[in-house]
Amino acid sequence: MSMSMATATVQPAGQTIERENYLNKHYGVGSWLFTTDHKRIALLYLLSITFFFFIGGFFALLIRLELLTPAGDLVQADTYNKLFTMHGQVMVFFFLIPSIPAVLGNFLVPMMIGAKDLAFPRINLLSWYLYIIGGAMMLHCMLTGGVDTGWTFYVPFSTAFSNTKVIEAGLAIFVAGFSSILTGLNFIVTIHRMRAPGMTWSRLPLFIWAHYATSIIQILGTPVIAITLVLVVAERALHLGIFDPKLGGDPLLFQHLFWFYSHPAVYIMILPSMGVVTEIIACFSRKRIFGYGFVAISSISIAVFGFLVWAHHMFVAGISVYAALVFSILSYAVAVPSAVKVFNWTATLYKGSIRYDAPMLYAFGFLGLFTIGGLTGLFLACLGIDMHVHDTYFVIAHFHYIMVGGALMGYLGGMHFWWPKISGKLYPEGWARLAALIVFIGFNLTFFPQFILGYLGMPRRYYQYPPEFQVLNVLSTAGATVLGIGYLLPMIYFLWSMRYGKPAPDNPWNAAGLEWKTPSPPTTFNFEEEPVVTWEAYNYEELDAPHKEEVPVAR
Amino acid sequence: MFDNFPLWPDRASTAAGNVDALFIFLLIVSGLMTALIFTAVVYFAARYRRQRGVLAEQIEGSTPLELTWSIIPLFVFMAIFAWGAVVYFKSRTPPRDSTEVYVVAKQWMWKLEHAEGQREINELHVPVGRDVKLIMTSQDVIHSFYVPAFRMKQDVLPGRYTVAWFRAIKPGTYHLFCTQYCGTQHSGMIGSIIVQEPAQYEAWMSGGTTGPLSATGEKIFAELGCVTCHRTDSQGRGPNLQGVFGKPVQLEDGRSVMADENYIRECILDPGAKRVKGFQPIMPTFQGLVSEEQVNALVAYVKSLAPSGTAAGATKTAAVAVPQEEPAQPPGSQVQ
Repeated sequence: MSMSMATATVQPAGQTIERENYLNKHYGVGSWLFTTDHKRIALLYLLSITFFFFIGGFFALLIRLELLTPAGDLVQADTYNKLFTMHGQVMVFFFLIPSIPAVLGNFLVPMMIGAKDLAFPRINLLSWYLYIIGGAMMLHCMLTGGVDTGWTFYVPFSTAFSNTKVIEAGLAIFVAGFSSILTGLNFIVTIHRMRAPGMTWSRLPLFIWAHYATSIIQILGTPVIAITLVLVVAERALHLGIFDPKLGGDPLLFQHLFWFYSHPAVYIMILPSMGVVTEIIACFSRKRIFGYGFVAISSISIAVFGFLVWAHHMFVAGISVYAALVFSILSYAVAVPSAVKVFNWTATLYKGSIRYDAPMLYAFGFLGLFTIGGLTGLFLACLGIDMHVHDTYFVIAHFHYIMVGGALMGYLGGMHFWWPKISGKLYPEGWARLAALIVFIGFNLTFFPQFILGYLGMPRRYYQYPPEFQVLNVLSTAGATVLGIGYLLPMIYFLWSMRYGKPAPDNPWNAAGLEWKTPSPPTTFNFEEEPVVTWEAYNYEELDAPHKEEVPVAR
Repeated sequence: MFDNFPLWPDRASTAAGNVDALFIFLLIVSGLMTALIFTAVVYFAARYRRQRGVLAEQIEGSTPLELTWSIIPLFVFMAIFAWGAVVYFKSRTPPRDSTEVYVVAKQWMWKLEHAEGQREINELHVPVGRDVKLIMTSQDVIHSFYVPAFRMKQDVLPGRYTVAWFRAIKPGTYHLFCTQYCGTQHSGMIGSIIVQEPAQYEAWMSGGTTGPLSATGEKIFAELGCVTCHRTDSQGRGPNLQGVFGKPVQLEDGRSVMADENYIRECILDPGAKRVKGFQPIMPTFQGLVSEEQVNALVAYVKSLAPSGTAAGATKTAAVAVPQEEPAQPPGSQVQ
């Protein structure tokens, strides 16, 4: 934000009359901290989650450096345990879960449905403050010693054996959870109540359907992790016997409660990313999405089925064989709608008019990585295989393919797609394509060797390891370095573009969607007058129709 | 760094081949799906790249296609599920007459005790070609017993037994990893499984021992005074334990439970929880008074008690007294 304010202030008065927009309407710290504009709150989130992304990334870097050699030589064992714990907690709760919903969703949901703002603008600001309070608590926890339970907080280690700041970390995540609940609540009400005239459910962009499904999980799932963490805190602080068998509790109860949220939480991360990719693929293929209804329904069914598969994290934890059978078969059921999405995206390309701009390259990257991540999920849902690869690097590789390959690729694609709208500036296309390529190569080099490591039997959360695993670990660390560069590049050229980038036209991609009918950057209330929608989403046929007088800019 | 650089794990148990076959099947299926999707994406992306004057052709969708690519994957998934379930079920069901080894995990070591009485730390000697059943518990946090070469893994929980089994097929020394994060030295909680030819194994077994585990249990049973109530006739204040193991037990509250290892264990540590029908709640808890190893010995002793009428079985090996678990109470079902 400081950069964007600088952009506006360096312009000598009278030289160019900048249109009034949400960025230059008010100035000063107060105008940001007390804003209720969904777009400004999106930028507040963007800054905050980027900050946490780099903290989490720094931890990842140290983890990969430690694993370069089989011996534990770079950091102490306890330090290493804190590093992977806080890497997970920061990346999951303070980056991935808020990433697309709180930044792109906040910015775009009202604009895509033709609304001035979210239904509850002040609750939206409150949700950011809750995120910041939770984040500050997490930072305090990290700076005063950190926590070493693993992001999963498994009991009775977390309640009775760890000597680290478990309570602080638990409460930080508890508070941040309410931020997520409020965002979901706001989206659901907004999507129900604030749609412009003519914006029927079947005309909604699939990005909106994806966010609607995400919001369902946020408001139904997050309270469960909140109460679970409270129970952990209660057992640790007050020695209430809930989970610890020494106090009469049941440690498996914790795992059931934890995964009841934390499995659907994966869909909080991936569903919005699927929404982003759907928009990008439609735009750069100049086509309506193949099977709109099936893609929309698949989002909802992922959200619903996602709640019924949690115990596939517990096949070797000591649950009954029959429970394992049920959860395995349900896990395959949730794989079907994901597969349907992939097939529909692929079919959308058929007979399209495809351009390879940076957002589309990210979308291709998403397709490739999500496919691999999804298919390796079939291995883990398979009872016979899971006995062997559970809690090994196979699992690490699988969920990074989904949560980094999928969710983060979608997030970056979305940032590139909507950056001209958000900032009013164009980024350098060549650099953006290069970054997409570097991220894709770096990602595969980092995580593909981990599948092999996992099948060989290298357990996760190992600070030192038998020497036969070294070659693959070196490859992985090398890949992580490339990946790190790939993530730094967009950060640099986005910042650069805020000051030096060419001004963006209102609709640089000639994309469908109401958000592109606003100025770049948009005005505070998005639309001069309430739009009336008479067309379906992805009406690229009309947009590209040759009888139009002016040739579309991005044809 | 490059010497000893495997790309496939050792295959040293009967389960390993089953898991590998399933894994290879899955690799083929997912490889085909990946190839299909990637080929389509790359082909479409190249074939339909933007060309001047050529417009995209709008296609609404196709319900038959949608059904095709929902139902075919679903059938493939169900096949994977079924095969996986069979492999899992086999690996979760210890065969009758397995040799038993009691495992106690603690931060950060594995303590193993053979039914015959040999004790080991971070090492387990087993013979080729014999079924070995592990009866495992933890003294502190959750650990996980993982032998990659056996494709076998089972979490080890405090406060209860979990069970796993394997049959080794290839002599050698294999990694035993803890795969459930358990604190500072989690990655140091590594042991070895030493698989020997039967002759070597017998030689190793004949080394010094304090006698069978069940005999140790019998001694503890006497020392703790259990024997004063749990008499071998029907006059005791507690149930007669002869032949109890492996049979259903009627409880005071009307339920019926299978007297498996977990039930015996619970009766020692929390006697009031599942009281046998017709007995008063007079047994004190032994929680905190007996170590995990002593509980194991007591369980081994109770298991060794042959049905009343036959000779007292304290000296019999525990393996003989283990009946096949009923399907309704599979060994994996540790949730009470």
